[in-house]
Amino acid sequence: MVLAAGVIGGGLAVVTLRNLIHSAVAMMVCFGSLAGMYALLGAPVVAAAQVLIYIGAISVLILFAIMLTQAGDANLPRPFHRQLPLAGLAALALVGIIGWAAIATEWGNTSVVIAATLESIATALFTDLALPFELLSLLLLAAIIGAIYLARRPEEDERAN
Amino acid sequence: MGLQGYLIVSAILFGIGAFGFLARRNAILMLISIELMLNAANLSLVAFNAYDYFAADNAGAVFALLVMAIAAAEATVGLALVIAIIRTRQTPEVDEYSDLKE
Repeated sequence: MVLAAGVIGGGLAVVTLRNLIHSAVAMMVCFGSLAGMYALLGAPVVAAAQVLIYIGAISVLILFAIMLTQAGDANLPRPFHRQLPLAGLAALALVGIIGWAAIATEWGNTSVVIAATLESIATALFTDLALPFELLSLLLLAAIIGAIYLARRPEEDERAN
Repeated sequence: MGLQGYLIVSAILFGIGAFGFLARRNAILMLISIELMLNAANLSLVAFNAYDYFAADNAGAVFALLVMAIAAAEATVGLALVIAIIRTRQTPEVDEYSDLKE
């Protein structure tokens, strides 16, 4: 329950705070609570990956982007669109539909917790799911090259030519 | 908190992410909202895996790991795009990007 409060409270703080740095820190709180939930669900490997990738890498990447793009004051004068009420309505409808589906369904086994150990995950990753795993490395390579190309300053390629 | 509890937390987190994506004006915050939605999907994958709803052993946990790697790639390219746009337009606010309309 504490972890659920952390996830939902952190998420709400992310989308409502005016200061982008505060939003990014709230996102780290949210992701940390999610890592705790993964550990409770018997998936310590996923929890560790969550801490490493999300809290370690993506949060730092986002903080860097915020600091690169915010000139001076990070407090936004007008954080929301005019379509704020409509957006709230759409999000509430979405939560209602998914939540109703989760509540109305009769779930068969509600007490068994299968442990996802490192050994079983590694076996699945290198036998049945070997092709997606290899495709993923290709995708990451493409993402690295694409990000470098996009983030390069335009003056630099004139100098390179 | 059984499977239902985790699914409801996941639904609420997805809703928060969708709300942030639709309502905020800052491009970086919209990317953060996408990350929230991906994490909500991950949470339900891991929950279904823990309660043995996948045919293959631990397919849910492996899918969650694959989603994390794809999210990392998406965040990298997305932030590079946002930084490139902000460099040319000098603003992170998405409703100022109206070149195609004018």
